[in-house]
Amino acid sequence: MPEALLETRGLGKTFGAVVAAEDVSVSVAAGEIVGVIGANGAGKTTFCNMVTGYLTPDRGRILFRGTDITGCTVGEATAAGIHRSFQIPQLFPGLTVYENLLLSVGVFGHRRPPWWKPLVRPEIQQEARRVMEQYHIADSAETRVDRLPQGVRKLLDIAMAMVGGPAMILLDEPTSGISTEEKFDVMGNVIDALRSSGATVLFVEHDMDVVGRYADRVIAFREGRVLADGTPREVLENPAVIEHVVGRRPPRPTDA
Amino acid sequence: MTTLRNIRPTTAGIALAAAALLGLWPLLPAWAAHTAAVSLGGGLVALGLMILIRFGLVSFGQGLFFAIGGYAAALANQFLGITDMLVLSVAGIAAAGTIAWALGYIVRGHRGIFFAMLNLAFSMILFGILAKTVALGSTDGFSVGVPTLLGVAPGPEAGRLTFVLFGFIVISSALVAWMVDRILASPVGYAGQGVRENELRLRYLGVSARGAVHLAYIMAAKLAALGGVFTVLLIGHVTPEDTAYWTKSGEFVFVAILGGAGNVAAPFIAQTVFELVRTFALQYVPEAWQMLLGITLLLVILFLPGGLWSLVDRLRGRNA
Repeated sequence: MPEALLETRGLGKTFGAVVAAEDVSVSVAAGEIVGVIGANGAGKTTFCNMVTGYLTPDRGRILFRGTDITGCTVGEATAAGIHRSFQIPQLFPGLTVYENLLLSVGVFGHRRPPWWKPLVRPEIQQEARRVMEQYHIADSAETRVDRLPQGVRKLLDIAMAMVGGPAMILLDEPTSGISTEEKFDVMGNVIDALRSSGATVLFVEHDMDVVGRYADRVIAFREGRVLADGTPREVLENPAVIEHVVGRRPPRPTDA
Repeated sequence: MTTLRNIRPTTAGIALAAAALLGLWPLLPAWAAHTAAVSLGGGLVALGLMILIRFGLVSFGQGLFFAIGGYAAALANQFLGITDMLVLSVAGIAAAGTIAWALGYIVRGHRGIFFAMLNLAFSMILFGILAKTVALGSTDGFSVGVPTLLGVAPGPEAGRLTFVLFGFIVISSALVAWMVDRILASPVGYAGQGVRENELRLRYLGVSARGAVHLAYIMAAKLAALGGVFTVLLIGHVTPEDTAYWTKSGEFVFVAILGGAGNVAAPFIAQTVFELVRTFALQYVPEAWQMLLGITLLLVILFLPGGLWSLVDRLRGRNA
């Protein structure tokens, strides 16, 4: 097995009486596409928040490329190469799709933005356009994002998270709010784009068909703990996962 | 209201406006020249507020830095005997910049009403200190001598507003406006849009939202201080009530909203309108001048929500 890109050791986080994460130890190799599943409140988003520096874990360590990044800020995690998208897209609502990307590309990575050079430069404009093409949202370039359909918002959110070329991206429910018919289209485009960028992907997902199709590996969470970790087949057929996460499929008539 | 579109470089416009003002000097009656110079001073403070407004922030205490600039210049003049307007301006900017840098660590974590009121609190503390300091003339303040520039001193009968002082104010204001215009078009200006629109996303783009707010706060403070220096040099006197009192801070917010955040020229235009309305209202309806100002602002908010500058956009037919 290649060296781990991201490794967590015994991560724990408690909010009052709620244990949102307990003894979470996972390891993600470079190039892997990992699906993260679990019922609501299982600790998936808390895990994303800790890895990206939004929350500081109470216990445990986070290693990225072998470096301890536990307790770093969002800015530091971003600089290290861990980006994320959001369950509810985090966009600049008053601006158009193109302006959102222009702003993202232009300010990316400036801890203290420089004030002497103009942001709108040919190379920035070109990069913003390239990203729009890559994520198939160029048709909506001039639409204000608060007037976009949910599918495009999700794509833009992921495109903005990919600005700066992260080594790893965490997608928090990339298909939530997208109709079942569109789900595979959107996810297929996203995975293609992410693969071509060479990013390692960890995605939180509720749709087991999406997980089964795109994940190389699946981690199931339950009550803040890792319930199962393995290939999609192993995990999705694990009785405990079926019991607590996936749920049973309705019995077929012949089973009766 | 403000989108990325209306950040446009206006170098030529700024240079033209400055040249026009300088060229008009021989034609301007004394009161008009004074109004123009005072409007540039106040406009600088509103320009600083405009930067903050683009960050989605408003300060109800910009009088703090206006006073720091004014008092720093006045003190350097009275107690150190410095008369050079350039040196006095630098002193005002340096004093405000230092204090804003320190206070910035407190305010940069706050947004909305808390940011606004924290600044009000700071300005009222300064007002209290100034009003109680007998050595600085308490509420009466003290006088400031006639300034010089690089050894050029006005003759005894020249009056306070000389061409040198007028030219200095016009050219410095133009230079500062040009710099702010560039800054708004740079990643700092765009980071401001990011803070206003979605701070969480900005943080995940690796930008320190607090750092950007801190920077904007210091810039706004320096602009207010320079406006304070100009005003004090023009009036020849400095008092706590005319600089640090909360109604003065309120005036600056009034002007910033009147002008809108669409262009660096807007605060200067709005300050001029403000000065003119106040002057004429005081003359013709002395009992109700505040009411007239209130009606002006009301009309602008109702019919030009983007401020007076949106009128210019509308005339150019690019009202998006």
